[in-house]
Amino acid sequence: MKKFLVFTTFIIIIISSINKAYSIEADVFIQSTVNRAAKTLGGNLTKEERIEKLKDIARDTVDINALGFYSLGVHKKGLTKDQTDEYKIAFEDYFLKSFSSRLAEYSNPEIEVNSKKVLNDSYTMVSSTLVSTDNRPEVKIVWRVYTENPDNLLIRDLIIEGLSLARTQKEEFSSIIQSNDGDINALFTTLKKFSK
Amino acid sequence: MKNIIITFLISIMLSSNVSAGTDGENSLSKSNKPVKDCFENLNRGSFALNQGLDKIIFKPVAKAYRVLPSGVRTGTSNVLTNLSSLITVPNNILQGEFKTAGINTGRFVVNTTVGILGIFDVAEKIGFSEYEKEDYGQTLGTWGVGAGCYLVLPVLGPSTIRDMAGSFVNILGGDPWYNTSVHGNNEYLSKSDYMLSKVVTAVDFRAKNIETIENLKKNSIDFYASVRSLYLQDRQRKIRNKNPTIEIMYEGDWEEIESN
Repeated sequence: MKKFLVFTTFIIIIISSINKAYSIEADVFIQSTVNRAAKTLGGNLTKEERIEKLKDIARDTVDINALGFYSLGVHKKGLTKDQTDEYKIAFEDYFLKSFSSRLAEYSNPEIEVNSKKVLNDSYTMVSSTLVSTDNRPEVKIVWRVYTENPDNLLIRDLIIEGLSLARTQKEEFSSIIQSNDGDINALFTTLKKFSK
Repeated sequence: MKNIIITFLISIMLSSNVSAGTDGENSLSKSNKPVKDCFENLNRGSFALNQGLDKIIFKPVAKAYRVLPSGVRTGTSNVLTNLSSLITVPNNILQGEFKTAGINTGRFVVNTTVGILGIFDVAEKIGFSEYEKEDYGQTLGTWGVGAGCYLVLPVLGPSTIRDMAGSFVNILGGDPWYNTSVHGNNEYLSKSDYMLSKVVTAVDFRAKNIETIENLKKNSIDFYASVRSLYLQDRQRKIRNKNPTIEIMYEGDWEEIESN
């Protein structure tokens, strides 16, 4: 029995240390994500291959469902289970296309991670700078990292020069719903049309 | 005196307008309450017109401007930024930011003299803190005047009633560059210099953002709504004088967002 307890304790210690080993700080997580994206954008890939790689990065590092629900704002409340499922699929397709298409245009973006600010147990904001080029001024980018599960950090928003992309998306979605007399199906149709 | 009275009256009118535009709520500009798009159909019409003008005039001109050597563009941009100090400094004072007003005055003096009319940003090189533009719209905002309704002005682009009133203050005596060039009655400057500076400011902005705007347009499902959101967020940040790398707005929106 004593041996069993010692063995169990040993295993628990090992598992916790493994977990700790895999827990990374939010700024390290962002730097590694940025490096991964830069490697994809700087490599000799075709545009289609780049887009597929960027989609993989987004699936691994962005909290797509949470971002989708945030973007829906108050309109989330009235959704049925079927509508929620339909929305999650439509939003993921829309987001991955939009995200990869936005980034695929950049070649060799140089991003320096500068600092981080822990807001609470759930969120850490990581500040970075997109280094200027001849045609583009320096751009400050803040990443909202969801840290509830330290072993699986996820990005929830990008704040570029103080402008939140998630908030912009939320207001865009709201505008579409409102201009269609509150019909949420109009948003689903728009998202599906964009993803085609 | 006449100008002060007009400015005062505009402020009063704006305060009344805010109450009307927010269902009677006393909305201060520093709150996160949404700005209403009271004239959306009209605004979308102006937006479409501006998009057309951009396609046939501004974007081609901006692309041509980008052909200029980088040093020429940087110098031009520096001159325009230096000129903007003439509006920023009085607004720093009106907002009670006296220390910043002093720094920005020093920056203007250094750049206009040593920096040869602002072509070279010497102030930055000798360690002046980062420059943040201010205008009368922002000052009205910090005084608690609400934004009123969102507007899209033909040619001039996104604005609000408050910001439009702020722009009027420039031509009512609030902009020393306007006063000197348009009403200065001198042999060196004329109204065309003022107009040229405004046109070049617009072209410089457009040239710096060609890819960003294209990217946004291509990936927006409602480009009008995206631009409105970005403009209003930007104004709110500037009114709060928030540093984009540190301060976080709209924090409450992120509470209780679940992944499933």
